[in-house]
Amino acid sequence: MNLSKIISSLNLELLTEKYQDRDIKSAYVSDLLSDVMANAKPGEVWITLQVHLNIVAVATLKNIPAIIITNNKKPDEETIKKASSEGIAIFKTNLTTFEAAGRLYKLLTE
Amino acid sequence: MKLSETLEGSFSLIGGDFSKGGAASCELKSILEKLHLPEDIIQRATISAFEAEMNVIIHAIAGTMLYSVTPERIKIVVTDMGPGIPDIELAMQEGYSTAPEWVKEMGWGAGMGLPNMKKNADVFNIDSVVGEGTTVELIIYIPKEWRSHESQ
Ligand SMILES: Nc1ncnc2c1ncn2[C@@H]1O[C@H](COP(=O)(O)OP(=O)(O)O)[C@@H](O)[C@H]1O
Ligand SMILES: [Mg+2]
Repeated sequence: MNLSKIISSLNLELLTEKYQDRDIKSAYVSDLLSDVMANAKPGEVWITLQVHLNIVAVATLKNIPAIIITNNKKPDEETIKKASSEGIAIFKTNLTTFEAAGRLYKLLTE
Repeated sequence: MKLSETLEGSFSLIGGDFSKGGAASCELKSILEKLHLPEDIIQRATISAFEAEMNVIIHAIAGTMLYSVTPERIKIVVTDMGPGIPDIELAMQEGYSTAPEWVKEMGWGAGMGLPNMKKNADVFNIDSVVGEGTTVELIIYIPKEWRSHESQ
């Protein structure tokens, strides 16, 4: 499913300057960075509560195109800037991780 | 970029500087991408490099990451000055971590770093002296098929 479709269905708020619309097949949910390094797959969207700068490095290394931050948490300005320069999109939502993951799972498997 | 001889370089790492966390590994990744190495090889190299880099930032005072790439393999050596590891066998256990609480709140300190390195590298060596520092050596072999494909 296209990222743009996911954004409108989940009503995600874009925090970086832009995003690249691309096909998304799956997502990974974790707040443990080494777990994401070990188990997320390239091309997946990453759902997390972490907001600090290191999430951008993790996404860059894993070829993760977009990060969804849940529970209305807002990343540091630095994180957003860095993500913009690395071409990674960051979104925020007031959904909890459970709700965001559940809705996305439904979208991607139906 | 073509890989005919050894390509090597180094990055310096500073303990506690989380703002630079991953900078060395991200740069290494873009170097490996310029060589058009297979994606899974690049993934395995950068995952293990990143965990080694973060360990210096989380646990040590300062260190360096040396890399060298030949048509046969990627070699990454991360050396630090730091507290060292008293019991390597214990440190290798998944879930074991001495990271402080505030580091854990950042999502680090899951005790998966060393196991991740071991899983992703073909060769993983660790050597540590308490009170002096730690050295991790990682080797990822480049498949023969890729080499013969590239030399055509
Ligand atoms: N470079 C290092 N210097 C000192 N101690 C280290 C170093 N690398 C690892 N350790 C020790 O080994 C433990 C396990 O490391 P690791 O598997 O990477 O997990 P984590 O970094 O999440 O704690 C660390 O908590 C720490 O006690
Ligand atoms: Mg670690």
